[in-house]
Amino acid sequence: MENLLAIIIGAIFVNNFILTRFLGLCPFFGVSKKTKPAVGMGLAVIFVLTLASMATWLAYNFILVPLNIQYLQIIVFILVIATLVQFVELFLKKANPILYKALGIYLPLITTNCAVLGVALLNVQEDYSFIAAVVFGLSAGVGFLLALLLMSGIRERLELSKLPKAFDGLPIAFIVAALMSMAFLAFSGMIR
Amino acid sequence: MNQKNNFWELIKGLFKENPIFCLVLGLCPFLAVSTSLDNAIGMGAAATFVLVASNVIISLIRKKVPNKIRIPIFIVVIASFVTMASLFMQAYLPALNKALGIYVPLIVVNCIILGRAEAFASKNNTLSSFLDGLGMGIGFTLSLLLISLIREFLGTGSLKLFGITLINIPMQPAMIFILPAGALLVMGLLLALFAHIRNKKYEVKE
Repeated sequence: MENLLAIIIGAIFVNNFILTRFLGLCPFFGVSKKTKPAVGMGLAVIFVLTLASMATWLAYNFILVPLNIQYLQIIVFILVIATLVQFVELFLKKANPILYKALGIYLPLITTNCAVLGVALLNVQEDYSFIAAVVFGLSAGVGFLLALLLMSGIRERLELSKLPKAFDGLPIAFIVAALMSMAFLAFSGMIR
Repeated sequence: MNQKNNFWELIKGLFKENPIFCLVLGLCPFLAVSTSLDNAIGMGAAATFVLVASNVIISLIRKKVPNKIRIPIFIVVIASFVTMASLFMQAYLPALNKALGIYVPLIVVNCIILGRAEAFASKNNTLSSFLDGLGMGIGFTLSLLLISLIREFLGTGSLKLFGITLINIPMQPAMIFILPAGALLVMGLLLALFAHIRNKKYEVKE
């Protein structure tokens, strides 16, 4: 139990996927201009990360390990993730059109997001059990949502303020992210 | 004329369409491994290899690939080359492999590579795709070197290349530059600098 708690705190605060591991930066800067799409993107990422953790864990431990072909992990993971995202998209379209409307446009973007493949590779590297892998995927997604939400709140305010011309747009977004990353450093003493 | 075009394919990745500072693609491995010059060279070489190899293969098979399933095919080609690069590093450069960690396999989802495959290699002949890949790879490596240079120097007070100390200044290093926050800060300032230069250029023209 304690172990799982450490994983949750670790993935959300200490090793936040965006701010300390730099995974998933493209959507982080792309979708953080307004709060509403940021929430949609964040929820879609949580959803996909959790499912992808499950699917890649199963594929690794029940297909790659018994056949002794772990070296194919990169190819297998990326195919599993791409298929999974397509499948989820089709399923949501039929089963839950409201949710599809909220998450739909973000789903294809997530396939080539480093965070998803990163979570799969980290699960293998850390040798997590199935439960731990799912919890890790879920909390990594929550950490992503948290960072995205904070960022979009700040950027909405930035729109109204006067900036030097050179800093307009992306440069100031990076500097804001740097300050957020520094703030998150304060969490680093929480777990060993 | 033709000669000039080929040269242009190679050179555009360095400045005009530099993948990092102009297109702002492929940031994840870029920021994560830019802590030292050694890491930068390792990551740059791996990414350049994958870019060139996958660009060549994709331009060779571009007429055989059905349009509807081209993206999965491109991804499999790229993933194969990344696997090769990663196995090579594990075998011959274990220290570098350890330093780069999961960011070597993550080259697969680097937007630059799929981006070039889709935008360039799937439409152009093999020679220009090769040059395009090489130029983009070198542009990526140079940007990586620039940011690593700044971070390593300010963060540790010295510059090392393959274990040889190039410069060593006895000063209190600013640790923050080695930490993740430093990467974002340096990147933001560099982007602002480039935007400033571009703005100046436009003003002169007008």
